[in-house]
Amino acid sequence: MMTSKAITMKVNGRDERLTVDPNRTLLSVLREDLELTGAKPGCEAGECGACTVLVDGRPVNSCMILAVEMDGTDILTIEGLGGEGALDEMQQAFVDHFALQCGYCTPGMILMGKALLAENPCPSEDEVKEFISGNLCRCTGYENIVRAILAVAARNRG
Amino acid sequence: MKEYSVIGHSVKRIDAREKVTGAAKFVDDLQFGRRTLQVKILRSPHPHARILSIDTTGALNLPGVKAVVTGRDKEAGGKMGLYLADREVYAGDRVRFVGEPVAGVAAETLQIAEEALKLIRVEYDALPGVFDPVAGARINNAPLVHEQPSPTDLWWQGMHCLTTKPSAGEGTLLHDYLSGYTCAPFIHPVPGTNISNHFKLRKGDIASGFAEAAVIEENIFYVPHIQHCQIENHGAIALYDQAGNLTLWASSQSPNAVRKILSEGFNIPMTRIRVISSYVGGGFGGKAGVTTEGLVVPLAMKLPGYHIKLALTREETFQTTFVRQGLVAKLKTGVNKEGRIVATEVELFWDAGAYTEYGVNMTRSGGYCASGPYLIPHMKVDSYCVYTNHPVGGPMRGFAMPEIHWAIEQQMDILAEKLGIDPLEFRLINALREGSLSSYGVPMHGATLVDTIKAAREKCGWDEPKPAPSAPHKAVGRGIACMFKAPSMPPNAQSSAVLKFNEDGTVNLLTTASDIGQGAMTALAQIAAEELGIPIEWIKTNLPDTDYTPYEWQTVASRISYSAGNAVLRAARDAKDQLEDVGAKVLGVQREEVAIAEGFVYALNNHSHRIAVRDIAMGFLTEKGAIGAPVIGRGQFVPEGLTGLDKDTGQEVGGGKGPAPFYTYGTQVADIEVDTLTGEIVVKRITAAYEVGKVINREMCAAQVQGGIIQGLSSALFEQLILENGKPLNNDFVDYKIATASDIPVMDIILLETSPQPDGPFGAKGVAEPTMVPTAPAIANALYDALGIRIKDLPMTAEKVLAALKEKEALGC
Repeated sequence: MMTSKAITMKVNGRDERLTVDPNRTLLSVLREDLELTGAKPGCEAGECGACTVLVDGRPVNSCMILAVEMDGTDILTIEGLGGEGALDEMQQAFVDHFALQCGYCTPGMILMGKALLAENPCPSEDEVKEFISGNLCRCTGYENIVRAILAVAARNRG
Repeated sequence: MKEYSVIGHSVKRIDAREKVTGAAKFVDDLQFGRRTLQVKILRSPHPHARILSIDTTGALNLPGVKAVVTGRDKEAGGKMGLYLADREVYAGDRVRFVGEPVAGVAAETLQIAEEALKLIRVEYDALPGVFDPVAGARINNAPLVHEQPSPTDLWWQGMHCLTTKPSAGEGTLLHDYLSGYTCAPFIHPVPGTNISNHFKLRKGDIASGFAEAAVIEENIFYVPHIQHCQIENHGAIALYDQAGNLTLWASSQSPNAVRKILSEGFNIPMTRIRVISSYVGGGFGGKAGVTTEGLVVPLAMKLPGYHIKLALTREETFQTTFVRQGLVAKLKTGVNKEGRIVATEVELFWDAGAYTEYGVNMTRSGGYCASGPYLIPHMKVDSYCVYTNHPVGGPMRGFAMPEIHWAIEQQMDILAEKLGIDPLEFRLINALREGSLSSYGVPMHGATLVDTIKAAREKCGWDEPKPAPSAPHKAVGRGIACMFKAPSMPPNAQSSAVLKFNEDGTVNLLTTASDIGQGAMTALAQIAAEELGIPIEWIKTNLPDTDYTPYEWQTVASRISYSAGNAVLRAARDAKDQLEDVGAKVLGVQREEVAIAEGFVYALNNHSHRIAVRDIAMGFLTEKGAIGAPVIGRGQFVPEGLTGLDKDTGQEVGGGKGPAPFYTYGTQVADIEVDTLTGEIVVKRITAAYEVGKVINREMCAAQVQGGIIQGLSSALFEQLILENGKPLNNDFVDYKIATASDIPVMDIILLETSPQPDGPFGAKGVAEPTMVPTAPAIANALYDALGIRIKDLPMTAEKVLAALKEKEALGC
């Protein structure tokens, strides 16, 4: 019999105390226990990136990571971006550049954009493409997503 | 040209805010609390077998299991299908493809449901399978995928897949053929064979056509099965309540079609079935018709009051939902010495898989479009939809057009080279033009291929030298491909819309069109806002809910902007008429002396004499009493003049337009670089020109082209669902690669409006699917230009390129 474990993690700025089975993924705990459904299941094998969230600022496939390993971490999902009814600049850039169609890969893509610019504020076009190449999108052809991320980078450079 | 305030502008997507914040709910995001049960499906390991017995006792006895269903249960429903009723939700006495549902389990948790599957015992008797459409089409010489029951068998009696009743005196619209399955009148199965539809077209006189030819080329082209790969897997949730009402939450492109098929299959009246489509995480045709929705229904009927939830895994989506069907295309084409195509003989063998929800109709579309966008006086076309023991073929972006253009557009280049004519010029010589006679004998209108060829030519620098290769072992090539596509649909594919005004002047736009990412909600709101003269921010487009949103045939065929757009336009006119009527009375002027702009009804002779729409949306209260009533706009649309094709000749019957209200034309030019050491093709640039009649939203329209190009590029270079004796070998994203951000070329996109569609809203035609059609053959033609090698079977992998290079060297040419 599996032993559940108590963990504490900060999710979108709030402390969450949870008791989880050791075989559960971060994705399932976010979606089912915390009802944060912005991170999406797409392959549950770490191949599509739809479940991307930021853990201590770094992007991870939440389908590939166990929730029990998240004790003491700080997690950001799409629901925690922006605030007070205002969009984050990356969210706004996706709106402005038509960088979404069906919207399913969008939360993951936006968080990848945030992670990239945190790490590299002035990426080249090729660096953007490389950075998001683990996140699949079947609708947009990626072009507008790349444009949106580059636009935020350009604005931040002033 | 008329100035529009909303149409043609790059209005931001009205669903964007929900989608960037995580607020948009997809079907798997919906939560219904504790009375939710999880479903897992036991699937056939065999491509073709008889089911001798099923024992579900072990599964039923497992604690936490609430119900198990098999095809033998009374709740399992009957035969169903969109055009040809050949499917059951759960296999009856036979399985016909690897992954076919055999049993379903509803349990308290996914883990218990998975455990339960292992406890179900099924005894199979394996049967020989059909894995090749050409062999499978042979008469009396192939195993039959669907047995031939006696017409007196009870199970099919009374089944019908089109409930459209014929008007008096026209005879029946329905006929019964092939294994006793009932099908639509434009589908022609060949009884006693695996051919579920034989589309025949005979135009002119093929023998005398070839007699005029100076050059005749014969080639065979192959298209493998591929998957739509929507990033959202398929899923459905059903609730059958204690009063007998079925509610189904689905990720669906066609909620009305789902309701209809399930109503017939499970014998439930439509008033008791409510289909709600959440946001759809990508469709591309794969979420049209019924795929997974039926699986939860029998379990829900066994367990009233529970929410029965099924979420497919990626592996299940790959092989048990629709795939794009395979094709073997045999082309024989003759050209005279002036470079005019005089004759074409085409045989198309569609590998339709075990069942054929849409395959039969793609066979028809592929058949009547077998000329490509060219004028060919003499044609003989035989297009066969062939049952095989492969995954179920369904529609995918382009509906047979990417498949046939893969063949046609390479054939064009092969012929042009034989004749010593530039391939672009060769296409200009043969392009369909205004009044050209279509393959089915109707004059073509709005035939704008030439406009797109010329625009692409100029933009890509066709007549200028190609860029130099980036390394000595690399070669560059440039290739062109053209396309045309009509919305493939029965003549009676209808749309309807309701515009419901609220007390503050805002509007709910109700349709059952699905926004599958293409932007339907925004485009339809733009059409309504333009016609009503109100800001687009006042309009909310609702998601489909068959209890409340009016009928829409399906969100397929790139027909929503056109067909639902027309319904919305008419609903807006209806509402506007009511507003102007009340407005004129309130303003005290004549009815024809008012108009609406920026949210006000105003007097034409004095624009400051006006009243806000919000003040009259519910009628207006004066000292003398009330004027008007709540405004509600109603619009319906069915294309006028569409007619059928003769069963034996494919020629138009009835003196109408034939099967298509319009065609969209386009041209793409690919610039590629090939590494001769690795065989890798890198697409550097795609120039794409489309004539769309009228752009509703420029950025969204261009985004459709971008997405289509990349999907086309992905199918050209990477994609094939590898099937070994019917078993998929690469059913995940590790082994089945799709294009990533690293693969995208420069995309130069030209949107032309040279021929507004006379019955399109503001002149619009469809564009979403045509964008994918010519990319693969343009790349193939560029590969030939680069290295003189021609690959006729998709995809053009590095291995194939290297093998072709070796073969070429061995031949010393």
